Amino acid sequence: MVDDLVPAAAAGGRAASAPLLGRDTEPTLFELSEPGRSAWQLRTTGVPDLALEELVPEAHRRDSPVALAEVSERDLVGHFTRLSHRQFSVDLGAYPLGSCTMKYNPKICDAVAVLPGLADVHPAAPANCIQGWLELLVELEVALCEITGMAAATLQPAAGAAGELTGLLLMRAWFAAKGDVRRKVIIPDSAHGTNPASVTLGGFEVVTVPSDGRGCVDVEALYSVLDEDVAGIMLTNPNTLGLFEEDIRSIADAVHEVGGLLYYDGANLNAILGVVRPGDMGFDIVHLNLHKTFATPHGGGGPGAGPVAVSDRLAPFLPGPRPTRLGDASSPRFGWTTPERSIGRLHSWHGNALVLARALTYVLVHGNDGLRDVARLAVLNANWLRKRLSSSFDAPYDRPCMHECVLSASSLKRATGVKALDVAKRLLEEGFHSPTVYFPLIVDEALMIEPTETESLQTLEALAGALERIVAEAATPEGALAATEAPHLTPVRRVDEARAARHLVPTFDARPS
Amino acid sequence: MSGYTPHTDADVSSMLEFLGLSSLDELFSVVPEALRLAGGLDIPAGLPEPDVFAHMEDLASANRPCGRDLVCFAGAGAYDHEVPPVTRALASRSEFVTSYTPYQPEVAQGVLQAVFEFQTLVSRLSGLAVSNASLYDGAASLVEAVNLAVGATGRQDVWVSHGVNPSWRDVLATFAAGTGHRIHDIPLTAGSTDWAAMSFDDSDEPGAIVVAYPNYLGCLEDLGDARARCDRTGALLIVAFDPICAGILRSPGDWGADVVVGEGQALGMPLSFGGPYLGLFACTMDHVRRLPGRLVGETVDAEGRRAYVTTLRAREQDIRREKATSNVCTNQTLMAVTAAIQLGWLGTSGIAEVALRSARGTRYCRDALLKVPGVESLTTAPVLREFSLRLPLESEMAVERLADEGFLAGVALDPSYTQGHGDGLLVAVTERRTRAEIDAFVSAFEKAVR
Repeated sequence: MVDDLVPAAAAGGRAASAPLLGRDTEPTLFELSEPGRSAWQLRTTGVPDLALEELVPEAHRRDSPVALAEVSERDLVGHFTRLSHRQFSVDLGAYPLGSCTMKYNPKICDAVAVLPGLADVHPAAPANCIQGWLELLVELEVALCEITGMAAATLQPAAGAAGELTGLLLMRAWFAAKGDVRRKVIIPDSAHGTNPASVTLGGFEVVTVPSDGRGCVDVEALYSVLDEDVAGIMLTNPNTLGLFEEDIRSIADAVHEVGGLLYYDGANLNAILGVVRPGDMGFDIVHLNLHKTFATPHGGGGPGAGPVAVSDRLAPFLPGPRPTRLGDASSPRFGWTTPERSIGRLHSWHGNALVLARALTYVLVHGNDGLRDVARLAVLNANWLRKRLSSSFDAPYDRPCMHECVLSASSLKRATGVKALDVAKRLLEEGFHSPTVYFPLIVDEALMIEPTETESLQTLEALAGALERIVAEAATPEGALAATEAPHLTPVRRVDEARAARHLVPTFDARPS
Repeated sequence: MSGYTPHTDADVSSMLEFLGLSSLDELFSVVPEALRLAGGLDIPAGLPEPDVFAHMEDLASANRPCGRDLVCFAGAGAYDHEVPPVTRALASRSEFVTSYTPYQPEVAQGVLQAVFEFQTLVSRLSGLAVSNASLYDGAASLVEAVNLAVGATGRQDVWVSHGVNPSWRDVLATFAAGTGHRIHDIPLTAGSTDWAAMSFDDSDEPGAIVVAYPNYLGCLEDLGDARARCDRTGALLIVAFDPICAGILRSPGDWGADVVVGEGQALGMPLSFGGPYLGLFACTMDHVRRLPGRLVGETVDAEGRRAYVTTLRAREQDIRREKATSNVCTNQTLMAVTAAIQLGWLGTSGIAEVALRSARGTRYCRDALLKVPGVESLTTAPVLREFSLRLPLESEMAVERLADEGFLAGVALDPSYTQGHGDGLLVAVTERRTRAEIDAFVSAFEKAVR
């Protein structure tokens, strides 16, 4: 908030200069509506003008029009442009939201995704009309398999959680094919919530294993639950504490020993691109979050893409139909095939295709050298922040991290009453998005910070400076109050979440009159 | 270093020095040496943007997109409706494109309010009180609706009309392998669900009955019959609707649906080779606590100002973990925002006009094609934007021949719709098809089926 404390050179990822006019509420589309106003324009077709009554039997016709909104194009543009000004984004400033890999999204990917030769292709067009798409998907599959060290992949899952469930259904099919019924899937206590939710939907029971004092899977506890009822284990490596599971190879051997499979949650793949591969660690199934690692981007909560790559032995179970190179001599060269023991289809069509095209673009502009630099600089940035901030916050696992670090506001809260949530809210008005807070669940007052490789040293300095200032200010009663009441400068102040749940207003029509 | 990482050599040196390290490799000293990738990835070195763009253009040019050179008469869940420049421009604003899920509502009111408006629009179109913030696609919405119904009724037998999109039914079967739900098929007769063919006893009473409106073959089903069967059995009625056709059709909610699912691609998304699309999901207020995915609600901020926030979060995976109503996290928010923009553009009069014009084109095209010798209708019920034909030849052959003539003639029907024959064709006509295009299509069709 105090400009002269911030070096001018820090502006890169700091958004505190973003101009906002006034603090009025933006009306909804429905409040902007005026009867008789419209924006639509449709093609002149020359098709005979039959009346609705001649086309649709009375029993099926609605009695009155669906009231949507009645606005001009100008009103529509004003409304959504103003809404966009009430929204933080990577393009606006640094977004160190742990576990989310909010890196800069190269604009070339936007340009590729609107090429008519990609965007206007019907998903059911015959094979000879979609050779470019099939080749693109095969090229991406090959690249993702190389990056993960796996043999084959499905590109159908639309996001990470869909990828997880796909992986679990692959496990189920693998054991069913052997006539082996297994009920349990092991998950560490630091796992993302999607993991246990997916396990249930996959028809398995969750067995949770604790983390040890160093923040890694407690290997002894893991061994004690391993038996022949275990279908597999789901791991994120580096884990959600940002730490590399050093014992991964022994864990893999032990799980394989009882016939189980290893599932790699790719949420944190950004840390290890081109450095170490899940396949080489012993994993059998891997999902990737293309909207994280490959910056496709995140769209305010999707669309994502969660391809699943597998080792050779699981390839016959992959979902179909799969884009396939039929051979250079064949005509057409590419087509669809369905694996022999496929678990079936996962998506209405072929997955989030335009997201996949963006991901391939990202891979090609980076290449092997660029992808390795992504990992190295992401890890460099995270460690720099971890060390710089370790005197301001508790560092529950005080050792080198990978792409993100987890700190704790536990001591700060005890000393000043300022919680992790308050730090997060106060940081917003310093021009940065907040870190992830209160996750992983095993860390008290957790602040999970993932700067990503696309933020500069100057931005990291400004971010660290802002966090240090928040901690320093908390030492005074006025400073602590300012933090617990923050933010002050955002389009709305702290939002009453309890009221939203207690007096549910899920639509404009449900508003109390 | 790639063009997207800002680190100068001096930055890297000073940062390593601060950490007491001498090289970037040392950052990975915790990774056992034996696991580390020797020699790097077998992927070419990074290329400059213009080179990559040229490669992607090469791939794109090996496709035949819909447009003047391939006039689109295909649908089956992916429709060539108008997407105006204003929708494209607003939906590609980088504030919407490059933001994360709105975890910090104070700086995410833009996405939250747009999603709140989307939920309102879907609620009005479907005729049900609550819509979520989107799911992956129509198939994913169906899977989640069935999970909701099984949870609400405690019954795992679900009866699904054969008139529901076959790829959605495939997806439902895939996921049922995990949940153990038993999915039963209700066959069609002359294109409409044959309710009399649905038989069960006390041991397999339905938890849900699923029907599409219009159905996959384009027909308007009798939802009154479906509702009556649900009333008799205690099953929930799940209706797969189409948000454009809903502009003139009686809403599923009005017919008595408990849950409405749909594919929202037609609301402003290009054909996109099948994705990203938009799963629509609405239900009655009775089931709001079982709603899958995110829900935005209105509330107030600390100064009493109107504000929006994701709500009823206790349903969700990050809080409820293995007991969550769904595993969904990332969904299709940008597509939901796009749909809100498109529905704002269409407005009250436009949505009805698009549906009406599509129905006119469909009637005109269908009447003409049914005069072609050897071509018959597969259905008898009224249709709206799509219809199905039986051809005097394999439909895949007809599609290929017509593609050579510049028409994407439709989608070959699964043989289960034609007693095992491969001669069924599904044809869609949107408001974008002109009389001249339809006339030219019909005359090419006559030659192709000869």
